[in-house]
Amino acid sequence: MAPQQRKPHVCRNPDLIRGVGKYSRSKMYHKRGLWAIKAKNGGAFPKHEKKAVAAAPAEKPPKFYPADDVKKPLVNKRKARPTKLRASITPGTVLIVLAGRFKGKRVVFLKQLTSGLLLVTGPFKINGIPLRRVNQSYVIATSTKVDISGVNVEKFDDKYFGKKVEKKKKKGEGEFFEAEKEEKNTLPQEKKDDQKSVDAALIQCIEAVPDLKSYLGARFSLKAGMKPHELVF
Amino acid sequence: MPFKRYVEVGRIALVNYGKDYGKLVVIVDVIDQNRALVDAPDMVRGQMNFKRLTLTDIKIDIKRVPNKKTLIAALEAADVKNKWESSSWGRKLIVQKKRASLNDFDRFKIMLAKIKKAGVVRQELAKLKKETTC
Repeated sequence: MAPQQRKPHVCRNPDLIRGVGKYSRSKMYHKRGLWAIKAKNGGAFPKHEKKAVAAAPAEKPPKFYPADDVKKPLVNKRKARPTKLRASITPGTVLIVLAGRFKGKRVVFLKQLTSGLLLVTGPFKINGIPLRRVNQSYVIATSTKVDISGVNVEKFDDKYFGKKVEKKKKKGEGEFFEAEKEEKNTLPQEKKDDQKSVDAALIQCIEAVPDLKSYLGARFSLKAGMKPHELVF
Repeated sequence: MPFKRYVEVGRIALVNYGKDYGKLVVIVDVIDQNRALVDAPDMVRGQMNFKRLTLTDIKIDIKRVPNKKTLIAALEAADVKNKWESSSWGRKLIVQKKRASLNDFDRFKIMLAKIKKAGVVRQELAKLKKETTC
């Protein structure tokens, strides 16, 4: 019998209505067994000595008192947390991107980052969308799911996608924008390898489902007669 | 043109408005000029205005206001469900429901299938055209 597993204790004094218990003070005294505790301790309630409180260091009176009363700001205990993810968006869901360069493209959802943005990939080979962040508000979640268990997305976080911080250069006289600019524009090989490793497992799962590959490669558009509020995605 | 579908005890009707929209119900009694007592295996027997009902061709053989068990037995005996689902009206409704519940992926697959079918039809047509002209 592990000490953790205790039956949840039933209330000793159930409510008749809110604010009124079934048993009076004297009855409760008896129910709680306070008489037994007293009897065990020789007629009086057991006392224990208060722990010695360390004397607080003597505070100096402040040098400066503000002229008017200064208002203290109210305490704020809110914790920052990522945006609530819609119940329809789970890892492996196919999403339709609605804005930006890839609007209309269908994309596979990987995970939600700590900033609240969704980590998403095309896969790149299928529709040209790399590992990318996307806001939940600019996305329609379809009910099509892809199996994502073979993919490891642990290493991706918001810092991975942040802009690279350039070291401040001393202002040179002659060559300003020549060499530096050309280096920065190419994608580092590491990111290309990350893309390949994430997509490898995904593409296998996608090819297992007939037509899913061409589905992900196609763009979504509203045609004549399609009413978005009546469509089931 | 005489009337063919009459309001009578045992007439199957389709509900076209309200909470039970799309259900098939049996007219079990006529209350007055405008209302009928209506019953179905999965609903509580209640009154409905005729304006909310569309009569169908199907009629079953029951006495006025049968109890639920008898009603269900009569519906089984007349095989209403299969008769309805094989009628053209019933089939149309099933197709409508299916189309409304299509997934985005399903719609994509249907588009591919339509294109394929059209391609095949066009090929056959081209063949036939060639035969007649040559």
